[in-house]
Amino acid sequence: MTLWWSSWSAFWAMGGHAFFVWMSFGALLAAIVVEMVSLRLRRKRALAAIEEERDLEAEN
Amino acid sequence: MNWFYFASPATFYGLAGRLAPWFFILAAVLAAWGLYLGLGVAPTDAQQGEVYRVIFIHVPTAWMSMFLYFVMACYCGLTLVFNTRLSAMMARAIAPTGAMFTFIALWTGSFWGRPTWGTYWVWDARLTSELVLLFLYFGYIALANAFEDPRRGDRAAALLALIGVVNLPIIYFSVQWWNTLHQGSSVSFKGTSMHVTMLTGMLVMSFSAWMYAIGATLVRVRAVILERERRAQWVRNLPEAA
Repeated sequence: MTLWWSSWSAFWAMGGHAFFVWMSFGALLAAIVVEMVSLRLRRKRALAAIEEERDLEAEN
Repeated sequence: MNWFYFASPATFYGLAGRLAPWFFILAAVLAAWGLYLGLGVAPTDAQQGEVYRVIFIHVPTAWMSMFLYFVMACYCGLTLVFNTRLSAMMARAIAPTGAMFTFIALWTGSFWGRPTWGTYWVWDARLTSELVLLFLYFGYIALANAFEDPRRGDRAAALLALIGVVNLPIIYFSVQWWNTLHQGSSVSFKGTSMHVTMLTGMLVMSFSAWMYAIGATLVRVRAVILERERRAQWVRNLPEAA
């Protein structure tokens, strides 16, 4: 279980393929963040819609 | 135990809320372990160099993109045959996460392909059928939301999802059926040709993706239940809706 890399800079450089490796891992991270935020917003909106519906009925 | 107890949106809402955090915790622990193996410990690939490390997310997301479509199609089948409400809600909840994984599989494949094949994209059978999968997810989501009556949307979209299942074997076998630029599988049911650390890392990352997908689906299905049942008394009685 020894680490493959001799240094952090070697790790970040990814043998000259840093751009391609980090664009891939970064995109996955970004996608997860976007999904988490959109899930939170969707729940918030659904709860607001329940309130709206209840207020409408109270008015009638 | 009554297995149909949780088939009602009202009871499943609570269960999903209690389960979801545990799946996210499992996903995070597995991701930490898998990334440690894949990015830290695994040796470099003799032919591809370090860029091969993209496979630690490319393969798990590609597997999940197909697996989630299959699970979604199963829920769609239940919806059409038994007209069950929760199954339709589950299918709707899976679709965006499935589309996300499909997009990431295409994206990471593209960034792996550029240094390895010399191109970001090629109209090869594997890549094209995976792109069709992304459009199937989009089509499902669009059709499900295209109707005034959500239950008509459920059924129309379910039919589309079931027809789209034919694309799954096309993706899976494309590397055998056609002469593709995409390589054949390194891992199959018959065994593997991979280094053991690479294989372990990839499998751990796959389990992480799976657990994440379950967590995200459970959280989303709760929102879908709230949207669809907003006039129901049990929803109005929820502490979070007060």
